[in-house]
Amino acid sequence: MSDLNGTWTLVRFIGHRDRLRIVLWIASIVLLVAITAPAIRSLFPTQGDLDKAAVASAANYAVIVFNGPVQGLATVGGEVAFQVGSIMLIMVALMSLLMVTRCTRAEEESGRTELLRATSLGRHAEIAAALVVAAAMNLLIGGLIAAVLIGQRLPFAGSLMFGASSVALGMFFGAVALASAQVTENSRVASGLAGAVLGVAFMLRALGDIGDGRLSWLSPIGWSQKTRPFAGNQWWPLLIPLALTLVFLYMARTLGARRDIGAGLVQPRPGPARAPRNLGSPLGLAVRLQRGTVLTWAVAMFILGVGFGSVANAISSFVGDSQSMKEIIARMGGTTLVDAYLGTALFMMAIIAACYGIQSVQRLRSEETLLRPDQLLTTPTSRSAWVASHVTVALVGSVLVLVAAGLGAAAPYAIVTHNAGQVPRIVAAMLIYLPAVWLLVGLATALFGLLPQAVGAAWAAMALYFMVGFFGDLLKVPTWLQNLSPFQQTPHLPAAPLILLPLAIITLVGVGLLTTGMVAFHHRDIG
Amino acid sequence: MVDVISTRGLVKTFGRTRALDGLDLEVAVGDVHGLLGPNGAGKTTTIRVLLGLLHADDGDVVLFGGDPWQDALMLHRRLAYVPGEVNLWPKLSGGEVIDLLGRLRGDLDYRRRDELLERFELDPTKKARTYSKGNRQKVALVAALASTAELLILDEPTSGLDPLMESVFQDCIREVKQQGRTVLLSSHILAEVEQLCDRVSIIRSGRTVQTGTLTELRHLALTSISAVTIRPPTGLSNLPGVTDLKLEGQRVTFDVETDQIESAMRILMEHGLRDLTSAPPTIEALFLREYGDFMAREAARSAPDAAGNMPTGAQ
Repeated sequence: MSDLNGTWTLVRFIGHRDRLRIVLWIASIVLLVAITAPAIRSLFPTQGDLDKAAVASAANYAVIVFNGPVQGLATVGGEVAFQVGSIMLIMVALMSLLMVTRCTRAEEESGRTELLRATSLGRHAEIAAALVVAAAMNLLIGGLIAAVLIGQRLPFAGSLMFGASSVALGMFFGAVALASAQVTENSRVASGLAGAVLGVAFMLRALGDIGDGRLSWLSPIGWSQKTRPFAGNQWWPLLIPLALTLVFLYMARTLGARRDIGAGLVQPRPGPARAPRNLGSPLGLAVRLQRGTVLTWAVAMFILGVGFGSVANAISSFVGDSQSMKEIIARMGGTTLVDAYLGTALFMMAIIAACYGIQSVQRLRSEETLLRPDQLLTTPTSRSAWVASHVTVALVGSVLVLVAAGLGAAAPYAIVTHNAGQVPRIVAAMLIYLPAVWLLVGLATALFGLLPQAVGAAWAAMALYFMVGFFGDLLKVPTWLQNLSPFQQTPHLPAAPLILLPLAIITLVGVGLLTTGMVAFHHRDIG
Repeated sequence: MVDVISTRGLVKTFGRTRALDGLDLEVAVGDVHGLLGPNGAGKTTTIRVLLGLLHADDGDVVLFGGDPWQDALMLHRRLAYVPGEVNLWPKLSGGEVIDLLGRLRGDLDYRRRDELLERFELDPTKKARTYSKGNRQKVALVAALASTAELLILDEPTSGLDPLMESVFQDCIREVKQQGRTVLLSSHILAEVEQLCDRVSIIRSGRTVQTGTLTELRHLALTSISAVTIRPPTGLSNLPGVTDLKLEGQRVTFDVETDQIESAMRILMEHGLRDLTSAPPTIEALFLREYGDFMAREAARSAPDAAGNMPTGAQ
């Protein structure tokens, strides 16, 4: 077993280095599940309330798209799995793929792996260590979730099944990330590849769940939901992710053994001997460094938009004359079911697009920790010019990403309804979120200027906005806290009327944060 | 003489670490000035304060008559910098990085750039990701040397270069000096400093411990003498400035201060000098002498926790 020599040492090292990260992931996922059951019990105190909610949910395709198949909704357990299951699975998948990439390709990219390999560390030790860490985190989360739910007097078998379905998905995405980390030499591309698998998995199951459920069988998220926790409990669908996890692990091992350290499967090509004309300013450099990221995001958001847009089609074809539909439409204040759905879909895509904005600004910090700005800032390039270059890319890139998402969502809908007028309408509704996305860009910039070590806190704000947006009503989050979210303040077009005042306020706050960050950066040490 | 760089009592702390502890440094116009010191002595911190990347906690620092923190932009027009650890953008080719830095500085001379690429045998089409440490350093060196900046600030620029490239580098620095430009060269390679520098400042623990011309510093160092005499050279032990005196049969070895060499020679000749070797004072000897006691103290201090924490540098 000399290939695995030192794995345990590495595991303990990762456990120590990433202890805060690990605890935060585990705590936030388990807490999210833990607060759901009490919330549902207080929201639907009687069986009659539960039954009524079940009927309403079964007819609400917008909710099904995000939450998953309708199964066992007349029970507290089934309602828990429906309300929080989808987001729990996505978080577990994200956690696994990010942790694995962080422990493998990101380390290798930084050159630290080389240092370790020169010791008596085995050839597969890093892969094994990343796998052990991801497995431990997933098992801990699954076990805690099951224990918490059992403690909350939910059925034993269903609680175990719910926990197990999360472990299976987490391990699957850990293995996918392990394999993708072998393919490309850039850690961002590696996690992007695994993230794309997650996006496809979500889309397939959304389309499957609003239809007859067959498409969901192609989705890893679908497999976890096919275990029907609290609604029949069947174990065998978990055999699929289990088998595929082993396949991806074998792939990672084989690819990893074949390639050189630091290399991917794609060899780098030589570049130009002279810089092109546009590479001669801080902005030119920032565009060059980030254009790949912006393009990837735009394409990914377009595809996501197409996915959501296709669902809108499906919904519009379902809208018949049924009484429950008419009731729901009436309750929504007259907006059509499709517009109500689009309102939620665009809101969700806006939140994802804001992640691009944060990531783009955080490039400033990653450049800084690598001491790369030293060389720029010792030419007659001002600090403001350097910060502004990346912030500009983040601001303009946000526009591109939102437009791509809007076009994606509009295209299938406009084609099927033969109504080209839908395109500007939906793209405009998407762009309504621009001030909110820019506010996040501003927040990340302010953190970079004031508390560079804490730039990651922007993600915490993002997570809070997301939770408030999706679980605000369910968890009875106080209104003042909900009002803190710029996404909540933005009118959810086309489901809600346009109001300009909140947009103006959000823009002002964003500008204030941006300015704060730029000024603060002027007054601090670099490095 | 006009000073390009002048610092007095410079203090910079990072948390509990005092990286600079009252550092004085003066670099005159047209000089190649060596900044010598062991790892963690504060060389890089000093340079980053001079570049306006760090803000000094206390003390005065003047660069070209201006304040590096306040007037960074204006001052950066007049200098070029090679960092100790050259981190390039992995996706850019070496040529692109050189052109980018040159254009930002605004004084890129393509002919000079191509000539330097040839002299340093650097392939500009390779992606920075694939360069070795030495080649990354060459990229930064070519970018700096291709500029017309009045002041070059070089932080251990040759630590990754092979001996051949080291000599190319030394030639380039001599040319820069002939053009009347100023160079601040931090290094711990003593031979390089001896080859290139007019003046040297030795720093340790964030403080300047010696500064002067090479001649002045050599003067402070000791010449090692080994001689064979017919009769035992009595009187040497009473001579001031003689240390480490050892007598083995007819051979006597000792170190002597420069201004006592003549007296020592006289004593040796009076006792029938048969054979003589003398090793000239080197910066190395001075370096070791300046650090000897310091290292011993450090070793004693860090010994108790040697099993646990690695002592960290000034960064």
